Amino acid sequence: MIKIATAQLWVHDQDEALAFYTEKLGFQVRSDVTMAEMGNFRWLTVSPAGQEDVTIVLMAIPGPPVFEEETAQAVRDLTAKGAAGTVFLITDDVYAEYEQLKARGVEFVDAPEERAYGIDSSFRDPSGNHFRMMQAREVAV
Amino acid sequence: MAYAPPARHLLRARDLADARYAEPIGVEDMAAAAGLSRAHFSREFRRAFGDSPHAYLLTRRLERAASLLRMTDRSVAEICFDVGLTSVGSFTTSFTRMFGASPTAYRAQFPPAAAWAVVPSCVVRVYGRPQHRTFREDSANGRD
Repeated sequence: MIKIATAQLWVHDQDEALAFYTEKLGFQVRSDVTMAEMGNFRWLTVSPAGQEDVTIVLMAIPGPPVFEEETAQAVRDLTAKGAAGTVFLITDDVYAEYEQLKARGVEFVDAPEERAYGIDSSFRDPSGNHFRMMQAREVAV
Repeated sequence: MAYAPPARHLLRARDLADARYAEPIGVEDMAAAAGLSRAHFSREFRRAFGDSPHAYLLTRRLERAASLLRMTDRSVAEICFDVGLTSVGSFTTSFTRMFGASPTAYRAQFPPAAAWAVVPSCVVRVYGRPQHRTFREDSANGRD
């Protein structure tokens, strides 16, 4: 059996990301390790409270020798333009979560809106990464 | 404050259009969200996203209007105002240019909005229950 353990997001600043994910989004730190022998590479993972087995690694955009400067700049720009991917969250009460996150200063792009598949909303992290937060529709027959 | 590439500010402006298209916002408000002068902003926005901010905001509004035409039974004028536009004439002209059909003709291409409405089962049960009628033959058989 294969399971998803960690998915990765680029962030412009790991400290800023850490503050956003923990203080505003309410996620918890699962690991935060800096390795001096690897050029101070920092492995920083977070996930929602109650979901410890799947994490997001908030990855700093590396310069040379990992990425040459042109590539690093392109990744920074694509992330800033919101073109670096999306995380899809699910909750059983999107309106309550929306109010709570908004009160903590999360800037929403879409307030919760009824769709055919559920009630959907979206926001961004400080780097521009896109998050959707959805409550699945309970279909009655 | 943490480093943010210039494009992050442009994305903030685009997000503003996506979030608040229903309000009477314009390119000036988008430029302010990006913290740039209007002329500089328009140039940079187009370079980053391929459309001018004006075109982005208008097409976002028209996209939302198209959705409302498909999913609701609101009038064309109501939908025009719902998406932050104020002139029904301009709305109809822009919509027709972008979608190749007038709002009314566009709507007619899709199933009626009622087909999409997910009505809770309790409502279906209460409002869908036929009114009881008695028939003459029932009375004739001694029932009422």
